[in-house]
Amino acid sequence: MEVFQLLVSGVSQGCVYGLIALGFVLIYKATEMVNFAQGDLMMVGAFMAVTFVNVLGMPFLSGVLAALVAMAVIGVVLERLLLRPMIGEPHFAVLMLTIGLGFVLRAIAGAIWGSNPRPLETPYSGRVLEIGELVIGFESIAIVGGTLLLCGLLFGFFRFTRLGIAMQAASQNQLAAYYVGIPVKRIYSLVWALSAVIATCAGILTAPVSLVDPLMGFIGIKAFAAAIVGGFGSLPGAIIGGLVVGLAEQFAGLYLPPGFADMSAYVILLVMLVLRPQGLFATMHRKKV
Amino acid sequence: MALLELRNVETNYGPIQAVRGVSMQIEAGRIVTLLGGNGAGKTTVLKTISGAMDPSRGVVTFAGESIEGRDPDRIARLGIAHVPEGREVFPFLTVEENLRMGAFSRRDRGIDADLAMVYGYFPVLTELARRQAAYLSGGQQQMLAIGRALMLRPRLMLLDEPSLGLSPRLVQEIGTIVTRLNSEQGVTVLLVEQNARMALAIADYGYVMENGRIVMEDTCARLMQATDIQAFYLGQKEAGVRGVRRWKQRKTWR
Repeated sequence: MEVFQLLVSGVSQGCVYGLIALGFVLIYKATEMVNFAQGDLMMVGAFMAVTFVNVLGMPFLSGVLAALVAMAVIGVVLERLLLRPMIGEPHFAVLMLTIGLGFVLRAIAGAIWGSNPRPLETPYSGRVLEIGELVIGFESIAIVGGTLLLCGLLFGFFRFTRLGIAMQAASQNQLAAYYVGIPVKRIYSLVWALSAVIATCAGILTAPVSLVDPLMGFIGIKAFAAAIVGGFGSLPGAIIGGLVVGLAEQFAGLYLPPGFADMSAYVILLVMLVLRPQGLFATMHRKKV
Repeated sequence: MALLELRNVETNYGPIQAVRGVSMQIEAGRIVTLLGGNGAGKTTVLKTISGAMDPSRGVVTFAGESIEGRDPDRIARLGIAHVPEGREVFPFLTVEENLRMGAFSRRDRGIDADLAMVYGYFPVLTELARRQAAYLSGGQQQMLAIGRALMLRPRLMLLDEPSLGLSPRLVQEIGTIVTRLNSEQGVTVLLVEQNARMALAIADYGYVMENGRIVMEDTCARLMQATDIQAFYLGQKEAGVRGVRRWKQRKTWR
């Protein structure tokens, strides 16, 4: 029974890692930039939801919607102001920029919302589902359900909509995308908006469990490990990678000496980089510029 | 008035000047070819027209509007379709998705009809519609790239070495298609080619480029008669001149 309980919490935590990893992968595939502020975008998104729901007293769903819209706008603004001037600069410079952006976001969040952890008030907080001896929090169900829903939506978006296919096209062959008249720069802005929205979903889903504070974005590093495990170029791989890291963490906590739980994500990261650096779901992807 | 006009266009790659003052005029409804050896600057001229590169000097006018320095997607929306060298398809999209992306900038209702029209020109693509573009052969990818450009309903098509790496039969087929597109769809074509024989056969007018400059221009009928074109691009040897000597001969334009 204990194993099953761990499975549930591992999967729900893994979904959160997976969603953040999804943001990493989306931005990387489209623009070849690694956004190390992805976890901090999640944090800001969670604070947005806290502001709209707890502070302004909006109903839960409309508060969430408002947070998603606000974060989409922030994503576009960040891309437009900070990242677009960096096109053509070395990867290293972009990397430093996004790391710096993370620091700035944490500092701003601390100044606005303070550093005390706050819960996000949800209609389902604290309720549990009991199946026999098994106790599952509604928060976990919401995380898994929300992730599945989001993945379904994203799949439909990329597979069937004109804009989604254009995003794929721009990431597969930037020059050809320009030549057929796809406004590649605007597509990049939209990719950032989408990444920020996904990060916000992760933040809102995890907020009732892990509380919201300016440092919650540090789990972005574990999500980065998840993205590496998944191959850093594959969207389903990001979610699977998240699940691997989440489950490993839970089971390391049970079967290994204390301390291993927090380390496990990095151990997996190192093992993956040594044994299979292309990740579990390597796509035969050679990018043309 | 010419559909496309270049006046004294200069384009640089960093400190290297690849195009050194090129002027061209392309009348609507024509097929014009741009010939020249490797590194002559032909591709750079095309990139400058389609906006992938910005000229450091000079003017590019399309239908009376100066377009130099604009982003390539905006130039594409004006009706200039660039088919770049090397079959730049979207490898992980299906053939049909590739073609539909060609019409990305269009909002009209004629897209499905144009799709049928493209399949009519390239019947082989019909069977491959659901296949990922990466799995197509080189010739099929070239046809896909031309078909995708056609979906833009272009007024001007820039074709960069469509015959590169294709078998002689396919080269001929591509040549026929280009002529048909020109006469049936009224697409003006600027064709860059190393295969001068094919290019001169289908084009009306030709420019010859060397070291970033236009060194010769004339109707294709007359270009084909010019001795140095015969020697350098069509590979014909004159009787009595040994191969080594041929390279030492002065070209008329020097």
